[in-house]
Amino acid sequence: MSLRPVDRESPDRLYTVTGGRTLGDEDPFDLVSLIVSERDPAPGMQSEHVRILRSCRAPMAVVEISAILGMPVSVVKVLLRDLLDAGGITVRHPSRYTPHPVMAQLPDRETLKQVLVGLQNL
Amino acid sequence: MASRTSEQAPAAVRTPLAQTASHGLKIVIVGGFGVGKTTMVKSVSEIQPLSTEEIMTQASVGIDDASGVQNKSTTTVAFDFGRISLDEYRVLYLFGAPGQERFWFLWDQLFAGSLGAVVLVDTRRLQDSWYAIDRLEFHQMPFVVAVNRFEGPEPALEKVRGALSLAGDIPLVDCDARRRESCQNALITLVSHLAHLSGEPTDWETAP
Repeated sequence: MSLRPVDRESPDRLYTVTGGRTLGDEDPFDLVSLIVSERDPAPGMQSEHVRILRSCRAPMAVVEISAILGMPVSVVKVLLRDLLDAGGITVRHPSRYTPHPVMAQLPDRETLKQVLVGLQNL
Repeated sequence: MASRTSEQAPAAVRTPLAQTASHGLKIVIVGGFGVGKTTMVKSVSEIQPLSTEEIMTQASVGIDDASGVQNKSTTTVAFDFGRISLDEYRVLYLFGAPGQERFWFLWDQLFAGSLGAVVLVDTRRLQDSWYAIDRLEFHQMPFVVAVNRFEGPEPALEKVRGALSLAGDIPLVDCDARRRESCQNALITLVSHLAHLSGEPTDWETAP
């Protein structure tokens, strides 16, 4: 765990990657939304988009893509939004995902039961 | 950090999720620095824990009273995670979250829609857990407390409960973060607790 200035991380590059854009309040992705590629990379595509499309041939969570690209989660979400708008990916949202989450909302009992069974079988 | 990320990254690629995977779930392991969060993630994860980061902006700082953060420059905060494929549809992600006050902004993202939290405590530094427990109670986020035993069985769990001013209905368990079964037990305790909170007890709640 560490806090450090972003400017050691070549902020120009992160800025360029996203074109300076942010998602603001319209964040369609949770950390564990699963992303699936719907097409192969096209020639001339931005390299980060290419890496995402290649990585997501099997479903992959937003946070895993962030780790693989070595880029902050919020930067990756901007790139994912581009791909989503262009029809390059589909998103499998967590069952409890809402854009404005309620913190204290218990999961449904069927989910709990399956999680418990899964953990017991570890 | 950057080089660590790129070295570890292939794990998620080498062990891809099933094509049928559709439900991402979250449990957050929260605790002070060095308490064993990443060790716990590693003990139960099907992949080597990955590390990533998020940008901490002034705007996010304002959401909570992060009075310790006066620096105006933008910073990033790193966090670790692992995963467990529960069945062909459900994937449980385990996040190690720093418990200190200045990281609260990150909690919003980690806790949104999460099942609950395991607070990992070190009895030598109980004060590191107070803030996390206070915030979880305030946000009514279900949690259990796991005592990572660094130095044997003392102090007894009930003494720890008293020292943390923990309500009687919050499960408190011993845990050796290095041992898979021990971490598995802590996670099962959390999910059983959630099941208990969600309604009438049923037979499937009983952990082995």
